[in-house]
Amino acid sequence: MNQYSTRQYIIAGIFLSVFLIFLVRLFYIQIIDSTYKYSAENNSQRYVTIYPARGLIYDRHHKLLVSNKAAYDLMVNPQELREFDTASFCKILNINKEYVDKTLKKIKDYSKYKSSPFLFQVSDTTYAELQEKLYLFPGFYVQARTLRQYQYPIAAHLFGYVGEVDSSIIKKNNYYQMGDYIGMSGLEKSYEEYLRGVKGVNILLVDVHNRVKGSLQNGKLDRPAILGKNLVSSIDADLQIYGEKLIKNFRGSIVAIEPKTGEILAIVSNPTYNPSLLVGRERTKNFIDLRNDKSNPLFYRAIMSKNPPGSTFKLLNAMIALQTGVAVPSTTIGCYHGYTAGPVHVNCHVHPSPLDMPHSIQHSCNAYYSVLFRKIIDEQKLPRNQAYDVWRKLIMSFGLGQKIHTDIANELGGNIPSSNYYDKIYRKSWNSLTVVSLGIGQGEIGLTPLQLANVACAIANRGYYYVPHVVKQIEGIDTIDQRFLKKNKTLINPEYFDTVIEGMYMAVNGPGGGTATGAAVKGLDICGKTGTAQNPHGEDHSIFIAFAPKDNPKIAISVYIENGGFGATIAVPVASLMIEKYLTDSISRPYYEQYLETKRINYPVK
Amino acid sequence: MKRAFNVWNNLDWFTVMIYLALVIIGWINIYAAVYSDEHQHIFDFQMRYGKQMIWIMAAIFLAIVALVIDIRIYSFFAYPAYLATILLLIAVIFLGKEVNGARAWFEIGGLRIQPTEFAKTATCLALAKYLSSFEIRIDKVKTMMTILLIIAIPSTFIILQPDVGSLLVFVSFAFVLYREGMPGGFLFFGFLLAFLFVFALIAQPLTVLIVILFIAVVAFFLLNKGTKETLIFIFTLVGLYFLIFIIAKLFHIKLSYYKTLLIASIITGISGLVYQFFRKVPYAFWVAVMMFIAIGFTYSIDFVFNNILESHQKQRVNILLGKESDPRGAEYNVNQSKIAIGSGGFFGKGFLQGTQTKYNFVPEQSTDFIFCTVGEEWGFLGSFIVLALFGLLLVRIIYLSERQRSAFSRIYGYGVASILFFHVFINVGMTIGLLPVIGIPLPFFSYGGSSLWAFTLLLFIFLRLDAGRLELFH
Repeated sequence: MNQYSTRQYIIAGIFLSVFLIFLVRLFYIQIIDSTYKYSAENNSQRYVTIYPARGLIYDRHHKLLVSNKAAYDLMVNPQELREFDTASFCKILNINKEYVDKTLKKIKDYSKYKSSPFLFQVSDTTYAELQEKLYLFPGFYVQARTLRQYQYPIAAHLFGYVGEVDSSIIKKNNYYQMGDYIGMSGLEKSYEEYLRGVKGVNILLVDVHNRVKGSLQNGKLDRPAILGKNLVSSIDADLQIYGEKLIKNFRGSIVAIEPKTGEILAIVSNPTYNPSLLVGRERTKNFIDLRNDKSNPLFYRAIMSKNPPGSTFKLLNAMIALQTGVAVPSTTIGCYHGYTAGPVHVNCHVHPSPLDMPHSIQHSCNAYYSVLFRKIIDEQKLPRNQAYDVWRKLIMSFGLGQKIHTDIANELGGNIPSSNYYDKIYRKSWNSLTVVSLGIGQGEIGLTPLQLANVACAIANRGYYYVPHVVKQIEGIDTIDQRFLKKNKTLINPEYFDTVIEGMYMAVNGPGGGTATGAAVKGLDICGKTGTAQNPHGEDHSIFIAFAPKDNPKIAISVYIENGGFGATIAVPVASLMIEKYLTDSISRPYYEQYLETKRINYPVK
Repeated sequence: MKRAFNVWNNLDWFTVMIYLALVIIGWINIYAAVYSDEHQHIFDFQMRYGKQMIWIMAAIFLAIVALVIDIRIYSFFAYPAYLATILLLIAVIFLGKEVNGARAWFEIGGLRIQPTEFAKTATCLALAKYLSSFEIRIDKVKTMMTILLIIAIPSTFIILQPDVGSLLVFVSFAFVLYREGMPGGFLFFGFLLAFLFVFALIAQPLTVLIVILFIAVVAFFLLNKGTKETLIFIFTLVGLYFLIFIIAKLFHIKLSYYKTLLIASIITGISGLVYQFFRKVPYAFWVAVMMFIAIGFTYSIDFVFNNILESHQKQRVNILLGKESDPRGAEYNVNQSKIAIGSGGFFGKGFLQGTQTKYNFVPEQSTDFIFCTVGEEWGFLGSFIVLALFGLLLVRIIYLSERQRSAFSRIYGYGVASILFFHVFINVGMTIGLLPVIGIPLPFFSYGGSSLWAFTLLLFIFLRLDAGRLELFH
């Protein structure tokens, strides 16, 4: 006993109070607070994603175009990584140590806890070897995936390609996680939601060493993956292949549409590439090569290039003149090798003069349409700007100057300038003469080949069109999007179409010659209009729009060949062959094919 | 003195039972923590539970040796043992095997020995020996200095390893000193500094200063029991505050409330000290000095925290204080630990049924985080029983210490209680997220030979002293 012996109680008191505090805390986290119980569930369960195969794509005759092949991605969960034998790891995978270090660092920077792909698309043989030795490399596991496989090396732009999602996509759409694939362009992009299917999940009990200890509740909570939906496209594979062959020497595009439905039969864009290049491990490398290619093969001309339509635009101006009442089909205008007014002179070629409206189309008279366009602006008894805006409204009713909203991703809308635009660039002092080149399809206007083909459709249908689209049917879905089923009426009365169709018929079939006589095929009743768009950067662009047969048309087409010269030079034979191929499934003029095969254009190097 | 003596008859079997209970429960939990479907044989010596079984056998052997040894050996060899462990602590810094960034282990043929664990026992013995020497007065400065030295020498070498956890254990000797007569103010002041350390990291400086001043006033009032002096203290402080405030306003000096109050308290403190020379006011000196230390201490905390602590230590403190969050990084261990314990519920998930510990989500689950297995598989009930056993053990040791006739035995007993208490305090506090992550074993529970043997020796030396309490007078 000594004087401080009472302090034993204070010391014991402190000890026991601390234990009491611990017990209160334990009571709280073990009994009152339930968050820890939920956390415990997450902890020991691993959600293993099952990736469904993307939907298949067929052509209009149910011919398989795009399918899938198996691939294995090597995944890594940084948190579960342990020391491993890098040398043998590299040997199995045929990679070097730098790749391992660099990739692991990148993955760790992204997330230390989420699994990320370490190596994409390991080959079958490597996969077999790897699978046996995977236990030596904790943290790594193999994820079965599918890759795109193309039955034909065609329509690369149309199908588009599939790529890995990046962080901006993940942020925007919580369906996607690092390592997921997503359609980046073309149909893969616009039908992503159908094609991708629904990812499934297996819930496994795992320890932190990535060892699977079984399935949670014997798989009762697992969710199977749902396969992507198959698409039946309106593409005619044979026609598409044929089109790509015809213009493989040129820069340009062909768009063929079934006018009655708006279904795209072929949509060719050249230069192009083999779609298989953008699949698999070499995708990134190939993509960079394609991007650096001077001929710009990644550019989807058919829906993204906008060029003046040249003389094909005369068809619209003729109908607008009729619609606005400034001319009648029998209106004749003389041509003296062109049109001259003040400082302006528009050249024309040799043809009979004067001409009425159908014949002006047959011979594509520049003077006729310069006068006619001025009449539209000046004789409507409307102020200049209003008269111009009426013209523009009628033009735009053909789906021009705006996106047409087809189902291929990344389409552009072209350009039909507004009166405000001219007010701005001419400081309001402009008149019909200032913009007279619009009459012959030159100037500030831009149309995509798809829009040009749509004009052909609207004319073939005598006044209406369906939004051109590629997908006819989505497996398991009753109907395609409503916008493709709606009849879009132009603002031109149906009877005015007959005049221009008569002209188009004569341009191809005569009598008395025409600008597109090279397109004529006996019995097919092709109607067409050439165009030659002036190009300040080089040779003119060769253009042709057509449809056939004249009555009850089955195909409407636009051909746009950059620097191809006159419309008749290249575009006419290409379109004619396409129409013949589609309607008769035979070719009567192999010399045209030969001609196109050997024809070369010296493209300026940009 | 020489008479027939049987240590077994005088042994405190109650304590032995608690010891055995803790060791057995500990082993069961190590088994559960390491358990996997592939290794089920309990005597698989490749597995930790197999090895721990050997360590336990060896520990029991050590306990028996400790009990049968002549009682005078402990007192006699206290200093030599102390010196020997210091030599080992020095040697381990140079010759030790580096594990997790600390050179704390000797490796002899696959067996790892951690001298730090034994240094605790030896220091405890040395302290007891010194304090029980003839004519020692704890309130003398020389005595205090010697005690500090006895504790500081092993501490220094432990810092060099480095091993913060074990270092903190030496702080626990404050309880021993308190029991032996160290002024209670020191113990209180120690708690105060620990409180201020945490408080200064989370609160505004002004708040901290107000709290310090409030404590000073209360302490002064309680110690001095003089209402008059306390009122003078308060008025001086408040008066100075407003005076400085007005002067600053008059001269357009920008002074924050904090600085104004700081200057006021410093002047008050100095006046208090000066006043001492003319009229003795009991405790005024101590209160003023401690107030200065407290203010200086809070000032230095930011410096210490930012410049002396290593980044992972800072992070652990910040996470505990809720200033930082990184649920799968540094916070991972604590979170996993809390999840494991929290998911146990009242009755626990049952033996070997814990998913968190079984599937290795909790790191270091058989060593520092062994309490998680208890919490997860045995629930609140199991946790309660384990803490109750420890509580019972500590109270029993204090009770036994108080019945010693020799000061040496008593002081040593308190040392044992303090060391055990501090380990449980830090270890369990860490697993339930009340304290930062500090690697320190749970006595008798955590996997590992060194710590088990050291704790066994620590306890059974005391039981030997207790059994022979009638033999030994001092």
